[in-house]
Amino acid sequence: MPLLELSDVEARYGPIVALQGVSLAVDEGQVVAVLGANGAGKTTTLRAVSGTVRKSGRIAFAGQELGRRGPEAVARLGVAHVPEGRGTFVELTVWENLRLGAYTRSRGADLKADLARMVDYFPWIEERRDQQAATLSGGEQQMLALARALMSRPRLLLLDEPSLGLAPLVTREIFRIVRELNEQEGLSVLVVEQNANLALDAAEHAYVLEVGRVALDGPSQELRSHPSVRKSYLGY
Amino acid sequence: MQQFLQQVVSGLASGGVYASLALALVLIYRSTEVINFAQGEMATFTTYVAWQLIDWGVPFWVAFFATLAFAFVFGVAIERVVIRPFEHGPVLTVVIVTIGLLVLLNGLDGWIWGAEIKSFHSAFPTRPIDIGGVAFSLQDIGVIAVSLLAVFLLWLFFRYTKVGLAMRAAAVNPDSARLTGVRVGWMLALGWGLASMLGALSGLMIAPVVFLDPNMMQVVLIYAFAAAVLGGLQSPAGAVVGGLLLGVMLNLLGTYVHPVTPELRLPVALLVLLIVLLVKPSGLFGRAVVRKV
Repeated sequence: MPLLELSDVEARYGPIVALQGVSLAVDEGQVVAVLGANGAGKTTTLRAVSGTVRKSGRIAFAGQELGRRGPEAVARLGVAHVPEGRGTFVELTVWENLRLGAYTRSRGADLKADLARMVDYFPWIEERRDQQAATLSGGEQQMLALARALMSRPRLLLLDEPSLGLAPLVTREIFRIVRELNEQEGLSVLVVEQNANLALDAAEHAYVLEVGRVALDGPSQELRSHPSVRKSYLGY
Repeated sequence: MQQFLQQVVSGLASGGVYASLALALVLIYRSTEVINFAQGEMATFTTYVAWQLIDWGVPFWVAFFATLAFAFVFGVAIERVVIRPFEHGPVLTVVIVTIGLLVLLNGLDGWIWGAEIKSFHSAFPTRPIDIGGVAFSLQDIGVIAVSLLAVFLLWLFFRYTKVGLAMRAAAVNPDSARLTGVRVGWMLALGWGLASMLGALSGLMIAPVVFLDPNMMQVVLIYAFAAAVLGGLQSPAGAVVGGLLLGVMLNLLGTYVHPVTPELRLPVALLVLLIVLLVKPSGLFGRAVVRKV
């Protein structure tokens, strides 16, 4: 049984239909990418899972129907969503952002150990922990958003366009860390990304969305050589 | 000099009362951008509850803490029952609901306890205390101590507790707070509970001075508005500093500037409000968040 399974999920913003029957699955320990043009429904797919948009159809996570659960409840099940625009609490300090990430953890949880883990991944956090998050660069904010999500020790990470607005070097670093988390800690990831090259490198399986439907899916290696993917998303 | 120090201390005491109520206004404004016009009436209602308890023979400090506890539950309940149905409506709708609440609570006070003025015993002795040759009123010093202690405890709560942090997160970025698992709706309710407690505190401190009647807090609410705007409506620290500053300023003006008789205190407060809004609408502690996109 997959960790996350969407069956025929539909979602709309007022009269605008964003998803018209999307089905996809993420297995435990797998990195899955969702590709597609602007407005294809990539972000909405993630929002349907985390409960930030109203949807119909079935979404099951770890064997439980998500139904009408809101984002607070979905987060408590072990799904961490790094939203479009990163969702950083810019008024709060770096450390406060991380503490919030661990909000759903039980009282006795050893946050110091997790902070140390985050410092391993992102060494700059150490000396900047009491700094207001607004003073961080875009890349650092993206890393902080990722670290915040990891502080909840999620079973599934939803990552929305981590490359948006960032320098290629920073983007590659973020994808490298996601890979590492997956390989070393078995973290399952559903990542939405416009940069198909990076996404196909990081993921084992990928889906291509076109106007709210799955147009194509398969192992990343196969998609990479698929003519229409090459033409539309890889550009060669 | 002696008179000056006495006036400053007694100004700080009334300032502490304004600051508590101003802080209550700011707590709610920060998370929802709603000015709670019923804040003063909620404070009056809870002060009546304290009066009732004391009248029944409950010792003062027991009644004091019981009233604070009641005020918390009262505030949470008002948010859940009266405000929540309009949570997603326009701010103006909620503001009008709070005005309705103001009228309702004011009427309720009169209906339950009658309109006649009631005397309210002070928690502190009324005799003066001599510090370095200057006589200060113990009552004033007690009020200052209680309001500063309340502010300090609140600061500790927001800064060091998990719930306090979650409340701040819910205020500055509710969408993101939800994604981290924070129940934002309940955080708003808790905010109303804390605001109601602060209001009760200001009511309990002012009641011995101005006596208890259904309209007791109406003027205090205007001072609290002026204080909150002076400090910056978004800033809890600003509300406290604004409150203390306004209290001292009004007292000194009343003592040294002769045309400013007690009747002119309120117009002066409104003048402060007007000047701040004209010159620096974000207030003394207006938000200075660095934004980088």
